[in-house]
Amino acid sequence: MSAAQQSSPADPMRPAPWRVRAVRRETADVATLDLEPLEGGVPGFAPGQFNMIYAFGIGEVPISLSGDPADPTRFMHTVRAVGAASAAIVAAAPGSVLGLRGPFGSAWPVDAAEGLDLLIVAGGLGLAPLRPAIYQVLAASERFGRIAVLYGGRGPAELLFRDELAAWGARADVTVTVTVDHADPSWHGHVGVVPALIEHVGFDPSNTLALLCGPEVMLRFTATALRGAGVAAERIFLSMERNMKCAIGLCGHCQFGADFVCKDGPVLPYDRIAARLAVREI
Amino acid sequence: METLERLLLGHKFLAGIDPAFGRLLVGCTRNLRFAPGQYLFREGGPADEFYLIREGRVALELHAPARPPIIIATLGAGELVGASWLVPPYRWGFDAKATTDTRAFGLDATCLREKCDADHHLGYEMMRRLLPVMVRRMQAARQQMLDVYGHTSA
Repeated sequence: MSAAQQSSPADPMRPAPWRVRAVRRETADVATLDLEPLEGGVPGFAPGQFNMIYAFGIGEVPISLSGDPADPTRFMHTVRAVGAASAAIVAAAPGSVLGLRGPFGSAWPVDAAEGLDLLIVAGGLGLAPLRPAIYQVLAASERFGRIAVLYGGRGPAELLFRDELAAWGARADVTVTVTVDHADPSWHGHVGVVPALIEHVGFDPSNTLALLCGPEVMLRFTATALRGAGVAAERIFLSMERNMKCAIGLCGHCQFGADFVCKDGPVLPYDRIAARLAVREI
Repeated sequence: METLERLLLGHKFLAGIDPAFGRLLVGCTRNLRFAPGQYLFREGGPADEFYLIREGRVALELHAPARPPIIIATLGAGELVGASWLVPPYRWGFDAKATTDTRAFGLDATCLREKCDADHHLGYEMMRRLLPVMVRRMQAARQQMLDVYGHTSA
């Protein structure tokens, strides 16, 4: 039984009121909201799951949880303003109230990576849905082989969680590599696309599990690079993004071939969806 | 010279190459060191040498008027810098600048072209190694052009 099934309210379509406790501006158009429930406690969640967040009177959008799953006091959501609803959520001030349904969906198979090398590959806002998995892994890093976080962004100003990336990178039990698509000379890190980093990361491809989240184009190229390096397709997991509305597999808006992304995903194994990623009509 | 040959053949770009080719290549090779901020070459300059990075990082930069240079890629240990030495009129199409202490092999382009012309097996071996690198970089440049991070939400 998933955490979603354990923790969803009796009526999964009814948004519960949650108060914005704090807002952290991550970039020009991205904010992380710290939310607390006005009714009941904070449900448990598994890394990779999402909530439907409702800006009252404007609209509802699916947003992945980006906080620590071991923290029972809050939900954290990292949101980019791309439309009316997400812009309203990003603009929400501390003290304001949002509607929330969830958590929903499948989780990153973190436990399945125990004993294996683990590659966590994120692009852009895709670091947010992976951050709970990173917290979970780093809390018990001795259970894994080599751990690497690869993160790519548009430019230095658009990178998320820079303080945490630096803190993770300072640890001995994880390798963090950050790259950007473009930069000016004030940037001293890598410039280039995320898939190009893979050949420079030390891992045993026959003994590796990979978690990928980011724009679908980046996912495709990264999965291809991992396959080329020898990582088994069934050990590559992607978080997919589609037009999720009901979040419980009823409305069909997020249908992706034989799967509903809201219910069967968003985390899906590459071997199940690889062929579909090449079909433009899906 | 023997040490240089051993080091050169240990470079990732030349991994597994026939040692006889290695002996040909080492005659065109010198050891180089670049300080942070030092240019390996500048746009428009003669592409008379190309580089195999041993340590450090090199930024490929393009300049546009009235704005800071744009870094289009960074390259590190095990990678090669520059392909314009292969293509007439043998002029660099961008700047290459060391961003950290960088050690590299410099391979004299004229020397190498002459040896490749004289020994087509060597020429084929070099092309076989260069082409995948160029294709990967072209594909990466196409992905960068897509600006995939510009319009996503999660």
